[in-house]
Amino acid sequence: MLHIFCPHCGELRGEEEFAPAGQAHIPRPLDPAACTDEEWGDYLFFRDNPRGLHHELWLHAAGCRKYFNATRHTISYEILETYKIGEKPDVTAEAQASEKKPLAQGATA
Amino acid sequence: MQRYSGFGLFKHSLSHHENWQRMWRNPTPKPVYDVVIVGGGGHGLATAYYLAKTFGVKNVAVVEKGWLGGGNTARNTTIVRSNYLWDESAHLYEHAMKLWEGLSRDLNYNVMYSPRGVYNLCHTLQDMRDAERRVSANRLNGIDGELLDAAQVAAEIPYLDCSKGTRYPVMGATIQRRGGVARHDAVAWGYARAADAAGVDLLQQTEVTGFRKENGAVIGVETNRGFIGARRVGVVTAGNSGHMARLAGFRLPIESHPLQALVSEPLKPIIDSVIMSNAVHGYISQSDKGDLVIGAGIDGYVGYGQRGSYPTIEHTLQAIVEMFPILSRVRMNRQWGGIVDTTPDACPIISRTPVQNLFFNCGWGTGGFKATPGSGHVFAASLATGQMHALAAPFSIDRFYSGALIDEHGAAAVAH
Repeated sequence: MLHIFCPHCGELRGEEEFAPAGQAHIPRPLDPAACTDEEWGDYLFFRDNPRGLHHELWLHAAGCRKYFNATRHTISYEILETYKIGEKPDVTAEAQASEKKPLAQGATA
Repeated sequence: MQRYSGFGLFKHSLSHHENWQRMWRNPTPKPVYDVVIVGGGGHGLATAYYLAKTFGVKNVAVVEKGWLGGGNTARNTTIVRSNYLWDESAHLYEHAMKLWEGLSRDLNYNVMYSPRGVYNLCHTLQDMRDAERRVSANRLNGIDGELLDAAQVAAEIPYLDCSKGTRYPVMGATIQRRGGVARHDAVAWGYARAADAAGVDLLQQTEVTGFRKENGAVIGVETNRGFIGARRVGVVTAGNSGHMARLAGFRLPIESHPLQALVSEPLKPIIDSVIMSNAVHGYISQSDKGDLVIGAGIDGYVGYGQRGSYPTIEHTLQAIVEMFPILSRVRMNRQWGGIVDTTPDACPIISRTPVQNLFFNCGWGTGGFKATPGSGHVFAASLATGQMHALAAPFSIDRFYSGALIDEHGAAAVAH
């Protein structure tokens, strides 16, 4: 079971309290009516689905009922950080590539 | 290819079964093929077989990074059915069902297809309405289906708890009597053996590391065993399709999730059909060995780890015990996960891609096994001609731009 640190509650809690909600940092188009079919389809349906670091939304459903973001490795499932909506992740694939660290040994939250 | 028969079994018993031919060769890659299939699971091997056997394309290779049938083909719960609601998917899965019915004879390999019946239980009034609609739609599409009331269900599935005292009482069920199970490994091995006999090169331990392109068209695949040229490339890599798409330079409307299953210790025969419940969400059948084969929903997060979380298993077993209280003390033997590629509309993608001559067959999500023969057949037809087969055409990736989704979420007799 994953132990997830809710940045709103400030506590590590069990996975059962949370619901994953997919890829994070997907901005809604500012003028949806002006989108082409391709742009709108990309926004709605197409995802990065990486084998490696993934920035994703979680809902603390049985807790504070607020959304937050997490950076998680999709092979080891290790959660490297959690952060509030509107904040930027500290752990990114680009940063790790420049430090030349193996992916699974990133910073901890 | 050495044909299998009762007489052959007897003959080999005289030499203590020490002289059986290997089921397939282990060839070295040729420099160029007409078609290269990436992914040696059930769908990939079926594609290769139908290409060589039915569509006359003999110069074919299957490139597999591990061993044949070692991914989701080896990890599913072996259920075969075709009772899908919408016309597009009903036709596709029924095409597969018709091939299942003659598959063992066709491949000269016993895939142990057992049409023992698939029940989909209904626990609410809305379940009953949906079931009636789905059975009617199935019948209009020439697919067998019956709607049963609670008394009939109780009579047909003796150990199912149909009492009024349960949390979600069983109100009825649909039954597809031609549905059932097949031996998953045998499907991969049977297709591999028959494809090899038809001249297909099965290249195991060969991982694709990139696609070589020229003027926007693919001309071959880079692998850990060097470059392999190809006139057309078909990618059938299930959970790793997103990764393959990234190597080819585009994205897919797919997220990969862990899907778990588990088997119990072997028991005496107790369940002679497949029983699925959407509302309490679990499904169960019993293998010929006697173990109960149990599955349910995906883990909600994106994952490539071929394992999931315990709360999901617990939820699954709660559903099983709700349906079959008699099983509450059965011990579970093994539990595992596979990586399933889920699409927003719970339907597969069988499609051309932005790269010319590169075709993808993916997005089967939680229900790919049942479609193996049909998926392979229509994908082979598409790769042989370069034109998408009529049954595959609605499953183009373009539907995510045009909006012509085939929404089988919930409609397909099982929650996704």
